[in-house]
Amino acid sequence: MNIQAAITIYKFEMARFRRTIFQSLVAPIITTSLYFVVFGAAIGSKIESINGVSYGSFIVPGLIMLYLMTESINNAAFGIYFPKFVGSIFEVLSAPVSSLQATVGYVGAAASKSTIIGLMIFLTSNLFVTHDIKYPLVMAVFIILTAITFSLFGFIIGIWAQNWEKLSIIPTLLVTPLVFLGGSFYSIDMLPEFWQKVSLLNPVFYLISGFRWSFFGTSEIPIALSIVAILSFMAICLLIIAIIFKTGYRLRT
Amino acid sequence: MKSQISIENVSKVFGRHKALNNVSLEIKKGEIFALLGPNGAGKTTLISAICGLCKQSSGTIKVNDFDTLSQYKDTRNQIGLVPQELPLDGFESVYNSCQFSRGLFGLKDSRDHIEKILKTLSLFDKRDEQIFGLSGGMKRRLLIAKALAHEPKILFLDEPTAGVDVSLRRDIWKLIEDQKKMGVTIILTTHYIEEAEQLADRVGIINSGEIILVKEKTTLMSEFSKKTTFIRLSKKLKDLSFMKKNKKISLTENGMTLKLVGINNTSNELQSIVNLLSQNGIAFTEINTVDNSLEDIFLDLVETQ
Repeated sequence: MNIQAAITIYKFEMARFRRTIFQSLVAPIITTSLYFVVFGAAIGSKIESINGVSYGSFIVPGLIMLYLMTESINNAAFGIYFPKFVGSIFEVLSAPVSSLQATVGYVGAAASKSTIIGLMIFLTSNLFVTHDIKYPLVMAVFIILTAITFSLFGFIIGIWAQNWEKLSIIPTLLVTPLVFLGGSFYSIDMLPEFWQKVSLLNPVFYLISGFRWSFFGTSEIPIALSIVAILSFMAICLLIIAIIFKTGYRLRT
Repeated sequence: MKSQISIENVSKVFGRHKALNNVSLEIKKGEIFALLGPNGAGKTTLISAICGLCKQSSGTIKVNDFDTLSQYKDTRNQIGLVPQELPLDGFESVYNSCQFSRGLFGLKDSRDHIEKILKTLSLFDKRDEQIFGLSGGMKRRLLIAKALAHEPKILFLDEPTAGVDVSLRRDIWKLIEDQKKMGVTIILTTHYIEEAEQLADRVGIINSGEIILVKEKTTLMSEFSKKTTFIRLSKKLKDLSFMKKNKKISLTENGMTLKLVGINNTSNELQSIVNLLSQNGIAFTEINTVDNSLEDIFLDLVETQ
């Protein structure tokens, strides 16, 4: 098995991350700090604690998830779209690289980048709020599963996209609203009953809820349901990628 | 000589357009094979099918007896591809880009090997520079370096000298000849027929997705050879009314030269033309005969198809 190929793609993509490390890390850290100032200190001070957790602490898991998901999608989508755009994808397609190796290389790098960004946001949050993590191992598993799953999703978007507009349309018009409406900044218990039921149709809600459980030990839905939701989404993404490589969809003519 | 690539009844259809039509071709080990054809003839599609960039609609392609579809890892391992365009990630450095190409083939970093290639292609001084900063000719050379990074047994060069200056073209020709000496099989597509004439052992001509001819270059040149004789006149002629109409004979625009196509200078035909000129008091200063080039042969074959 050509493991070296997957390592090569991974290292090549991580080198791209290192070249833009300032832009990759500083922008999320500044934005997160602003969220804490605005929501945590200014607005949060007027909001009562939620399930015994201060509002500032409550939004930490939501913020990390927000960045983890969007960065995973953006990094993976760009990682495969850019070589398609400049044409250099021919190298990967004409090399003895299996679909699994290519996926591991591109998705692994995207997931690593977003995990690093997620951890940086977590560290930044410690400057503004103090919190103990009740289940750190579960938190780590959630971060990794979310990073991989949404990187797989981004990988699909990157292959599907035929121009820069398409590359950003799904993250902007679908994923960001789902993340914001998935309880990143509020508990669905704060919504009217009708909107609580609507929120249950949002798959991102299950991820944020489960991730929040790892922090505080409480959540709106059982943790098992959150894990089933993310594993199901991962399975769907893997299936789509398998079909893409089998058919050569938008990769081979 | 043993066939290294065996193409059997390969067709490729894009919608209603048949880019390849039942193509069969054998490429021999260690040869330089020039694939010639006009734009849109199917050259790049054929190369893409062999290299795995596109999947043929029907037929089989084998590389050293491995099937390109079911045993793609074994076939691609042996192939290096230099594409027609300049598809490069401009943000990467020259060295890292070559290392990336090598790594994709499962090989670990070999600084010695990559540096040797970069030196051969006069890119060593640029090894740490971003690709964006390279000239078009340097990018072309870098693509060759990347294709050689994994030490392929078969090298596909799709228009390798397009847009490069004469001096660099000669350097690339030398590199191709050196690769051949090392036992690498080379498949070359080019618009510069002179390039094929200079380098190729065998020539294949493809037109409208069909292979119309495959021959040893020397055989092709002798079989299809036509001599053209130029008779430079002492005085300008207005027309050729003094002789019988003959398609092989024409007068150049300035009226100072007779052009005889396909007439052998040892034949009686040439002698009778010379006699005819003398009888009509037309003096000449020079008779010159030239062989037609591969380009003339190529154009004749494509136009008559």
